[in-house]
Amino acid sequence: MGFHSLEEIVAKTKEENKPFWEVLLEDDMSDRMAAREESLEKMNHMYQMMKKADGDYDPRLTSASGLVGQDGERMQEYLRNKRHMSGDFIGQVTARALKMGESNACMKRIVAAPTAGSCGVIPAVFLTYQDTYHSSDSEMVKALYVAAGIGMVIAERAFIAGATGGCQAEIGSASAMAAGGLAFLAGGKEEEILHAAAMALKNLLGLVCDPVAGLVEVPCVKRNVIGAVNAVTSADMAMAGIKSKIPADQVIDAMRSVGITMPSALKETGEGGLAATPAGTKAAEKLKKA
Amino acid sequence: MNLFDIIGPVMVGPSSSHTAGAVRIGYVARLLLGEPVKKADICLHGSFQATGRGHGTDRALVAGLLGMQTDDERIPVSLEAAEKEGMEVDFWAVELGDVHPNSVKLLLTGTHGKRLELVAASLGGGRIRVCELNGLTANFGGEYPTLIVNNQDKPGIVNEVTAALAQEDINIAAMQLYRSKRGSSAVMILECDGEIPKEALGRLGGLPGILDVAYLSLKEAEE
Ligand code: SF4
Repeated sequence: MGFHSLEEIVAKTKEENKPFWEVLLEDDMSDRMAAREESLEKMNHMYQMMKKADGDYDPRLTSASGLVGQDGERMQEYLRNKRHMSGDFIGQVTARALKMGESNACMKRIVAAPTAGSCGVIPAVFLTYQDTYHSSDSEMVKALYVAAGIGMVIAERAFIAGATGGCQAEIGSASAMAAGGLAFLAGGKEEEILHAAAMALKNLLGLVCDPVAGLVEVPCVKRNVIGAVNAVTSADMAMAGIKSKIPADQVIDAMRSVGITMPSALKETGEGGLAATPAGTKAAEKLKKA
Repeated sequence: MNLFDIIGPVMVGPSSSHTAGAVRIGYVARLLLGEPVKKADICLHGSFQATGRGHGTDRALVAGLLGMQTDDERIPVSLEAAEKEGMEVDFWAVELGDVHPNSVKLLLTGTHGKRLELVAASLGGGRIRVCELNGLTANFGGEYPTLIVNNQDKPGIVNEVTAALAQEDINIAAMQLYRSKRGSSAVMILECDGEIPKEALGRLGGLPGILDVAYLSLKEAEE
């Protein structure tokens, strides 16, 4: 793709007097030599597959290791029956993020966004937004272009894999992408989109990748929740007119330098952080024996 | 990388490197073999060996060998599917030396007796690299239609092959040559911009000095 920074995308929106999402749609058309309809159809397919994956959640499944499963249903049940503190929107976002993370761990079909480990963040907030505010599918697809554009720039300037940049690069990026998409859906313009993304990424800076037994299960499933909830609050802050004092592109650069300095024990090797706790090592050893 | 590497791919979890990439490796190996797999020895190295089971790497590789793609919902039950189809599968733990941590060696025999030996690595994000083919070094990712020519190591053969492709108006994106020892047999790997028609492949296989031709079509992949 042609963009090395979010500012470049914004400059193009001004130059051509087009919205953020459309600049990315056109970039995809030229990048893949695809027709407008083909690109839109493909993005719509991604959105429909997110919906399907959400609907296909199986509350009976646990992962092969036995470490995760059924918590999405537990949360859903709690929302149905009890007084909850989060409110309906955040409550539903939480349940959805858990469900998608669990579906991934249980070898169900998901949409990587940007990675499989972080696949619950964007659907959790997008589907809940659509349920609550009744936006059309075509609006949701536009928001996915916004999210994808943010992710592209992050991949270009930094990284989106836990193995290279820690969890800030996976869940952090997904959260920034989701926040930008939400700001767009809520009526935000370029400025709000960038501030939302910047704040979301800032809030997760330094997050390490420390999966127990090296599996995309613990803490990954629940990290999808923090990524999703953080996206909602960051988008709300941006829509309230709150600004990130550090511009989005510079936040991405900071994420990169933090990722580079992060020791390799905290980058998906399963050697540090939660993986190295007594409970984490015990789980890993049990799996080895099995 | 394009926008749909960021939103996408649609895949069966849990890991793009340990699951989706493993399906791709199996799938590419199946295409290179050119016939259904009858027997597969799957030798897992490094992280594929250590965390492969929890990530479903074993099932993912077998799914690919059965011709499944990364979004196939039958991946979790591929071992059962293999048994049903009479495909014999054995897993081994191996140490392949100085290779990528997510590496696997596949020893395959097809239903018509064809054999293939391949070492491949999953690089992350679902991308893969074939590093060794039938004992010879290789380096391709299966992202282009790829022609693999096993030939006698003597002058003129490269010319023959490239001329045949030029005749079909097929542009070569990348080309590599490997041989085990001077004057014995060699392998040519050509990644092409366009698909090579079946008849042209037949003609290539019949050229003097050419021992064997394998072809990785992406068209087949979309069907
Ligand atoms: S902890 Fe690592 S594997 Fe788990 S979601 Fe975060 S980056 Fe991915």
